[in-house]
Amino acid sequence: MLGVISIQYVAEFGYMAASALFMLGLIKLGKVKSARQGMSWAAFGMAIAIAATIALLFADDHWSTKSVLLAAASAIAGSALGYWMAIKVPMTSMPEFVAFFNGLGGLASTFVALAEIPRAAHLQLSLADLGDKDHPGEGAMFAIAAGLAVLIGAVTFSGSMIAYAKLAGKVNKNRAGPLGSQGLNALLGVASIALGVWGGFFVSDPAQIYVAGGALLVVSLVLGIGLTMPIGGADMPVAIALLNSYSGIAAMTTGFVLQNNLLIVAGSLVGASGIILTQIMCKAMNRSLSNVLLGGLQDAGDGGGAKKDEGYTKVKTTSAEELAQVLDSATSVIFVPGYGLAVAQAQHKVRELATLLEKKGAQVRYAIHPVAGRMPGHMNILLAEADVPYEQLYELDKINDDFKNTDVVVVLGANDVCNPAATQDPKSPIAGMPVLEVWNARTVVVVKRSLASGYAGIRNELFQMDNSLMLLADAKKALEDTVTELKAL
Amino acid sequence: MIAVIAAEGSSSLPFLIVGVWVLLLSVFVGFIIIQKVPPTLHTPLMSGSNAISGITIVGSLYCVSVEYVEASTVCAVLGCLAIAMAMINVVGGFAVTNRMLQMFKAKDAPKSGAKS
Repeated sequence: MLGVISIQYVAEFGYMAASALFMLGLIKLGKVKSARQGMSWAAFGMAIAIAATIALLFADDHWSTKSVLLAAASAIAGSALGYWMAIKVPMTSMPEFVAFFNGLGGLASTFVALAEIPRAAHLQLSLADLGDKDHPGEGAMFAIAAGLAVLIGAVTFSGSMIAYAKLAGKVNKNRAGPLGSQGLNALLGVASIALGVWGGFFVSDPAQIYVAGGALLVVSLVLGIGLTMPIGGADMPVAIALLNSYSGIAAMTTGFVLQNNLLIVAGSLVGASGIILTQIMCKAMNRSLSNVLLGGLQDAGDGGGAKKDEGYTKVKTTSAEELAQVLDSATSVIFVPGYGLAVAQAQHKVRELATLLEKKGAQVRYAIHPVAGRMPGHMNILLAEADVPYEQLYELDKINDDFKNTDVVVVLGANDVCNPAATQDPKSPIAGMPVLEVWNARTVVVVKRSLASGYAGIRNELFQMDNSLMLLADAKKALEDTVTELKAL
Repeated sequence: MIAVIAAEGSSSLPFLIVGVWVLLLSVFVGFIIIQKVPPTLHTPLMSGSNAISGITIVGSLYCVSVEYVEASTVCAVLGCLAIAMAMINVVGGFAVTNRMLQMFKAKDAPKSGAKS
C-alpha cells in the first residue's frame, strides 16, 4: 500500500514538472534564439507525463498485459505516422497540415470521453452515477465534462477537416444545402445540449446510453461542418487559430472527466494560445470575430458588384526587364509578400533577388502584414525556409513609417493588405483595417497574376496610382526573369 | 456547497473546485505567456501548441486499462484510436515545429545594412 501511495505522489510531481516544462517551453518560444530549446523542454515534459501515467496505471493494477500490447502498438503506429508526416510535409502546405493535426487532437479527446459510454453501459449506470465517487456534484461534473469533451472535440475535428479542405482548395463553397446556415447551426447546438443532458443524467439502459453517445457524436460532427463552412477561404487564418483553441479546450474538458490537473493546465495553455491568435488576426482585419465566423465580408463583396477585373483605366504595366532596371538604381527596397508568393512557391527566388540587390549595396527588407498568407506567421516560415534572415522581416507598425523613405516596394501576390481604401475611403468594407502604406514609396511594383480583387472583393486604387507599376505574372516566373535581367545589366 | 461537504464529513475539496482553480490560473498564465510570442513565431506556436494538445495521450492511456477493456471491446477500439491520434499530434507536432524553428536563421551576411 505504501508503495502505491508513494508512486501516486511521484506521478503527481511528474505531472507538475510536465506542467512547468510546458509553460517554460512556451515562454522560451517568445524569442527566436531560445525557441528550439523551449520546444525540446516541452517535449521532455510530454515524455515525463506519459511515463508518470504509465507508472500510475501499473501501480494501481489498472493495466494488464493486453493493455500494454494495445497501448504500445497504437503508440508506435501513431508516432511513426506522425513523424513521417512531419518530415514529408512541404513548408508551403503548413496551414493544411496544422489544420489536419488540430482535427486529430480534437478527435482524440472525443474518443477519450466516448470511452466512458461502454463502461457506463457495462455497469448499467448513468454517466452521472458512474462519475459519482465521494463528493457531491462529482457525478454531474463528470457527465457534463464528458458531454462537452465529445461535443467540442468532434466540432474541432469536423471543423478542422473543412478548414483543411478549404486550404487545400478542395472545397470553396460557403454553403451546402442547409449546411452552414445559422438556423441549422442553432438547431444542432440545442440538439447537442439536449442529447448531452439526456445521455448524461437520465438514462442507465445500455442501449439508450449508446444511442445518446452516438447521436451526440453525429450531431457534433455536423455542427463542426456547419460552423466552419461559412468562413471564407481567405479568413482561414482566423478559423485555424480558433480551431487550435478548441482542440485545447477539448483536452481541458477531458481533464475534468479524468480528474487530472495536467490535462487542464496543458489544455488551457493551448486554448489561451488559440484565442490570442484569433484576436490578433481579427484586429489585423479590423473585423469582429462574429463577422468573420458568419462570413459577413464575403457576402458584402458579392453584392457590391465590384469584383470584376475591369474598371481600372490608367494601369501602367511593366516587364521584368524594367523592374530589373528600377531595382538596379534603388538603394532601399522593401518586399511585401502575400498569399500569391506561397501559391507560386517563389520564396527562394525572392531571396535570390534580395541577395543580388544586397551585393549591389541596397538595403533590403520585408514587410509582413499579420494576415498575409493563410495562417498566422505563414510568410515568416516560408521566408525562413528560403534562408531569409529573420531580422529582415518587419511587422506592420515597425515599417509603415519607412515606406516614404524607400525607393522601390515590390508587392508579391498581396492585395488587400496594401489597399489605400482602408485609410482613405471611410465607406470601404475594409475601412480602418491596418494596411501597409506602400504607396508612400517612390515606386511601387505590384507583381500579381491579374487585376482581380482579393478576398475582400473590392478594387484596389493602388493598381492605378501614379507611382505604381503592374507586373502581371506569376510571382516565381517574374522574379526569375528579373534576376536574369539584373545579372545581365 | 461547503455546508454539504462539511455535513458529509469530507476533509478534502472535491475535484471540481480544485480543477476550476487550476483552470483559472492556467488560462491567465497562458494569456500572459502567449501574448509575448512575436508574430514571426506564430506558425511554430500553432504547431507547438498542437503538440501540447496531444496531452490527451494521458487520458487515452486510461482507456486501454483493465476496467475499460473488460467492459467492452468498443472501449479498446476507442482507446487505441485515441492513443494513435494523440501520438501523431505529439510526435508530428514537435517534429514539425523543430523542423520549422531550425530554418530560422540570424543574418549570415553582415554586410547588408538592414538592421534598424
